[in-house]
Formats: sequence, structure tokens, C-alpha cells
Amino acid sequence: MSAALLTRPLAAIGRPVLAGLASVGRMVLFAVAVFSHLFRPPWYWREFAHAVMTIGWYSLPVVGLTALFTGGALALQIYDGSSRFSAEAAVPSIVAIGMARELGPVLGGLMVAARVASSIAAEIGTMKVTEQIDALVTLSTNPIKYLAVPRVLAATVTVPVLVAVGDSIGIMGGWLVGVNRLDFNSAAYLKNTVDFLEAADVASGVAKGAVFGFLVALMGCYYGMNSGRGAQGVGKATKLAVVSASVLILGSNYILTELFFSA
Amino acid sequence: MIQLDNVHKAFGEKRVLRGVTLEVPRGESMVIIGGSGTGKSVALKCILGLVRPDSGTITLDGQPVDKGDRDDFLARFGMLFQGAALFDSLTVWQNVAFRLLRGNQKLPKTQAREIAIEKLRRVGLTPETADLYPAELSGGMQKRVGLARAIAADPEVIFFDEPTTGLDPIMAGVINELIREIVVEMGATAMTITHDMTSVRAIADDVAMLHDGVIKWTGTVVEIDSCADPYVQQFIHGRAEGPIEAVR
Repeated sequence: MSAALLTRPLAAIGRPVLAGLASVGRMVLFAVAVFSHLFRPPWYWREFAHAVMTIGWYSLPVVGLTALFTGGALALQIYDGSSRFSAEAAVPSIVAIGMARELGPVLGGLMVAARVASSIAAEIGTMKVTEQIDALVTLSTNPIKYLAVPRVLAATVTVPVLVAVGDSIGIMGGWLVGVNRLDFNSAAYLKNTVDFLEAADVASGVAKGAVFGFLVALMGCYYGMNSGRGAQGVGKATKLAVVSASVLILGSNYILTELFFSA
Repeated sequence: MIQLDNVHKAFGEKRVLRGVTLEVPRGESMVIIGGSGTGKSVALKCILGLVRPDSGTITLDGQPVDKGDRDDFLARFGMLFQGAALFDSLTVWQNVAFRLLRGNQKLPKTQAREIAIEKLRRVGLTPETADLYPAELSGGMQKRVGLARAIAADPEVIFFDEPTTGLDPIMAGVINELIREIVVEMGATAMTITHDMTSVRAIADDVAMLHDGVIKWTGTVVEIDSCADPYVQQFIHGRAEGPIEAVR
């Protein structure tokens, strides 16, 4: 009786912990499978090109708008803070560095997670529920190779480009606000930006973009392929894909920042 | 010949197959009947390797299905899925020619399209449907496209999973006739799972009754009406009373 009283709460903790660890294990095995298929033929170039369009090109408006408004807001915030110790001149360089190193990749990654992880999980989940994935197998086509590899590769390649474009648009947002709202001289703002922004700032953000893109597509594919039955199953898979992609982006962002900081 | 020997499969606590033993001779059309949730689809998926059995052996022409080259093995099969399982993002002809556009059996695009249109014609669809998307087709047309895809690469074995479910009686009759004609003219081994007795009588050479995870009865389609098995009798006459418990 007393032993049961003691073990019951421990079991209640242990069960979700074990389930969580098993889930992480399955995700890692899935990632290894995707990675290993990257280097083995056949390669589905048509599916890859389609994924580049849907993941990269069509995400451009949402990433661009996010960067534009973030750059503008950042300029206002930094101006407000820096004016307290008469350091307004630092606004252009801090906007540029902040966008390139942190806000560009993280906010861009989160927007792609919302847009892409959800659509991949819903599409593949629906394919699973309607037996299209079983049909692929009976037609001698490996679903990981045909569905996951093109999407993961496309996201890994295109999200860094989105981040670079987002950085530029974000800096432009800061410049627009700086010149029109904060009375900066346009040429001086741009010179300040160029003088203080280093290649390493941009490179570290772009590298983060590649990692975030990989994680976003991986989560979409993983939860889609492991979707439960029916509309509820697909809905749950979609939600889990977005949540886990977002958390992984934020977690990996810290780890990558530590790595770049220490280097 | 397909042979299942004492095949078991459980999902968690639920034991779906409890020792299925069945033989499907080459060139014959075997229909497995049984109520919903009795494990018919699982048995089919075990043969194809979509589901791994917990124990027992499954062989095709004496070779275990889980040994040898998987692509070569699957190339011998065609399958018509219950909901047709057409790929939404591809046109009708690309669905039909899916196997012919990639992998070991890859053909030039124009040749694959010609074969797809020929197969579509065989299942009663005009070439104009070739460039439509699956979402633009009715349920009956989708089933026909699924059938055309199943036979596109001239397989030795064709599986039909509930081929008439969701169709009106006339369209169901058309699909049944098509299946019968195609199986006979291709000389393929066919395995169908259904609970539609009209399908059974139209398609089957042999019938097996699956209930509670085991095969309760096997015989020819001619014998089914005269057999004394109470499970079969209850099932084919659709009686609520009998050894098969019906949830009310």
C-alpha cells in the first residue's frame, strides 16, 4: 500500500519522460534516414524544384514583411534606448548587426516554421491518412526519399537565402524609419551600416538559416509521416510540427550563438 | 503462389491476426470476406510488407516476402486501394504511369504517357481524362484510375482492397466486371478483400472467410451457398443472429 503510494507518482513522471525520450529517438532515426538518403540515388529533382518554389519563393513575402517591420521597430527602440546616453549614431550599425546575427534568422525561421512546417505536415499527414504513402511503397518508391528528402534539402538550401534577403529588407526598414522618422542623413546612415557590419555577422545568420530550414522541414515531414488517423490526427500532427520546429529553432539558436560567440 | 502460414499480428493489446494460414494458387482469384475490423486489410498489408507480422511466414512462389530485393518484389504487384489513393499533386496520366516514370521500369515520358492512356482506355476512361487532376474526378472514375495504375506495369499479382466501397450499385457492378475481365486477360493472381457479396460472386474463383484473426472457411465460390459453416452462412445472408457477434 505504502510502496504503491510512493511508486505511483514516480510512474506518473517516468511514463511521459520515457515517451518523450522514445519520441526524440524516433526523430533522430528519421533524421539519420533522411540524411542517408540524400547521398543515395534515385534523386527526385522535379520534387526538389517544386519544394524550392513552395518553401523558398512563396515564403519570400511573409519573411520580407516580417523583416521590414522588425527593422523599423528595431530602429525606433534602439534610438530610444541609445538617446539616453547620447549614442544615437549607433542606431544604423546595431540595427544591421541585430538583424543579420539574430532577428533575421530567428524571426525568418519562425515565420517559415509557421508557414512551411504546417503545410508539409498537413500535406504528408493527409497523404498518410488517404493511403497515398502506402501507394508509394507499392509503387516501389521510398516515401522518405520521395517526400522528405526533396523538402528537407530545399528548406536547407532556401532558408539561408531567405535570411539573407530578410536581412537586407530589415536593414532597409531601419533605414526608412531612420531617415523619415528619426532625421538621419540617408548617406550617413548607409555608410554607418556598411562600415560596422562584418561578413561574419551575415555569415553566422545565414548558417543559422540553413540549420533552421533543415529543422523546419524535418519536423513537418516527421509529424506528417507519423500522423494519426482522420482530421484530428492530421490537425495534431500539424500543431506538433509547428510547435516543435519553433522550439527547436529557439533552442538551436542559443547553441549556435554560443558556438559563434566562443569561436 | 502466395502462402501465409500461421501469421500473427498485434497492435498493442489488440491481436488482429491470430494465426492466418492461407494459400492463393497462381492465376486464381481469391476473395477474402469478413466483417469490418477483422484484419483483412492487415493481412494484405503484411504480404506487401507495409505491415511487419509478429510471427509466421509469408512466401511468394516459395520465397519469403521479406528476403531479396524489395523493388523487384514490389514490381510484381499492383494494388487498387479502397479510396484509390491517387496522388493529388499529379495528373491522371502521371498517376497511372507513376511506376513507368521512375525506378527500374523507367520509360521515356512519351512512351509512359501512351501506355497510361491505353490503360485508361482499358478501364473505360477517355484520353481527355489523362490531363485532369484526381480532385476533378468522381469516385467511380477515381477507382478506374486506381485500377489503371494497378495494372500499368502488367503485374503478376493484383490486390484489390474493398474495390466497390462507396460506389453506387451500377458503378460497383462496372468495377467488378472490369476487375474480372482484366484479371482473366492478364492471367494475374488476384487477391481481393471485401464485404460486398455481389463483388465476391463477380470476382472470385476461391473465397476465404476471415473472422477473429483466423481463416474460418475456404472453398470455391460455387461452394459458398451450400457450405454448412455457420460464420459463412451468417455473413453471406447478412443475419444479425449467429456466431458472429454484432454490436447493436
